[in-house]
Amino acid sequence: MIINGVTIDATFAEAFPMKATRAIITAQNEKWAMISAQAMTGFATSVIACGCESGIERVLDPSETPDGRPGVSIMIFAMGGKGLAKQVETRAGQCVLTSPTSALFAGIDGGIRVPLGKNLRYFGDGFQVSKQIGGKRYWRIPVMDGEFLAEATTGQVDAIGGGNFLVLAESQPQALAACEAAIEEMRKIPNVIMPFPGGIVRSGSKVGSKYKALNASTNDAFCPTLKGMTKTDLSPEIESVMEIVIDGLTKEDIAKAMWMGIQAVCDLGADNGIKRISAGNYGGKLGPFHFHLQEIMA
Amino acid sequence: MSALTFTLKHRSDQRVDMSPLVCHHLKELALADIAALTLQSGNLKLRVDELFTIDGSDTQNIIIKNSVDKLDFIGKELDGGCISVTGDAGAYLGFGMKSGEIKVSGNAGLYAACEMKKGYLEVSGNAGDFLGAALPGNKMGMKGGTILVKGNVGERAGDHMRRGNILIEGNAGDYCGSRMTAGTIAVMGQTGRYLGYAMRRGTLLLWNQPQLSASFNDCGAHTLAFLPILFASFKSLNSKFAEASIAFNRVQRYAGDMSEMGRGEVLAKL
Repeated sequence: MIINGVTIDATFAEAFPMKATRAIITAQNEKWAMISAQAMTGFATSVIACGCESGIERVLDPSETPDGRPGVSIMIFAMGGKGLAKQVETRAGQCVLTSPTSALFAGIDGGIRVPLGKNLRYFGDGFQVSKQIGGKRYWRIPVMDGEFLAEATTGQVDAIGGGNFLVLAESQPQALAACEAAIEEMRKIPNVIMPFPGGIVRSGSKVGSKYKALNASTNDAFCPTLKGMTKTDLSPEIESVMEIVIDGLTKEDIAKAMWMGIQAVCDLGADNGIKRISAGNYGGKLGPFHFHLQEIMA
Repeated sequence: MSALTFTLKHRSDQRVDMSPLVCHHLKELALADIAALTLQSGNLKLRVDELFTIDGSDTQNIIIKNSVDKLDFIGKELDGGCISVTGDAGAYLGFGMKSGEIKVSGNAGLYAACEMKKGYLEVSGNAGDFLGAALPGNKMGMKGGTILVKGNVGERAGDHMRRGNILIEGNAGDYCGSRMTAGTIAVMGQTGRYLGYAMRRGTLLLWNQPQLSASFNDCGAHTLAFLPILFASFKSLNSKFAEASIAFNRVQRYAGDMSEMGRGEVLAKL
């Protein structure tokens, strides 16, 4: 398959089941909601070493937030429910509770309940106040700037992590420009996050390593400087490869995001140095969800 | 299916215990069986059809017409369904109700919504003393649900209240929120003396500056983030509480009652 001079490989992205939740952070203004959200979703690029994958889903209008203030919706993905709960709690406690003027609300109503403010309330040292409003419990925790309001729990749902595609370009600036265009489009889709810095990862990994201590290592088949040293997957004109990883609530969400992203890259086309779109395919070692690029782009 | 309607034939000399006439008790009964039920009135047992003319068949939607303040225990332990009262209700309206909805077009007597657990109770007129309170000697009053009173309420509203909302469009009498353990009482009008007497936790939300006891301490003026959420939860009500213009989030906060646990609060609109 070729779109605007860009070859779409007959391959698939492998993704795996995860547990996910969504939280809504509000603040006095969008600037502080975003600062708080960025803190909460920081150091959460990959479950390989971060414990979770997290990112900002979108900015919310005051009319969309529970307390009518500007807000940001964030999502957190982890390999299991316990890990997710721990990450949510520690991040909420260290990054949102501490952030000036912030408040924290559930972004998913159903599902298994994950503590949000439920345990953070103990920071109130007995001065915390519970309010049950409209069937939901909120905790009002006294803090030095006033009161930190946090919904007691949020919902945990089954989700999918590790949807991806690779952008193969003639130069590094061209690969980056194409990925930036893709991310701009993909951020318009709800229910997905791209957890890596700016949504883009330049150090795609393969499963396993020659070093026993590591369970992931550089994807040498796609490293352009190794073209003459390893069993490469790159043709001579490819000088740079970048990857976009997508975590989403459903297969459909990820497929839609992949379509939007790949389409944006292909819109730039071969004239802008984009040669191929491929995907992280690890021969079935990684996960049961397979996103076939040509099926998605058909 | 039209609502099951009980129209009072004449004003009873004695008080009448209406507790058998609730939706879940009447669910499986035919009209003749309902007519044959007996209601305690003083030391007499009266058949329902001696007191009321009965129309309609929908037992989950009951209307009590021409109601007077001698009809006690309307909607006692109501567990689903809807009861509309045209006129006044006697004492113990919605006593221990578990779910469902009760609406009264007139006034309600003593102990309305006493030990209510869940559901919605609306009184268009005034309510008597001990609204949403506990029975004498009991330690837990209202445990959940919402009470809306469009008129005034008597003394001791929310006595021993544990959870839920009491919304009062008019004035509240003395000892409003006394011995509260938790929950929210909102009063748009004036409040009486001894507001929040011996309250442990809970919120008294006021539109007018109260006359507070010395055992309430001023915590200063604050903008509280939970108030917009609380007001938003009232939007579906047929009440002034649903109007956006009455909402506020800037309050003077008083903590008390310091002679008790002292974790309660009085929030007065600024």
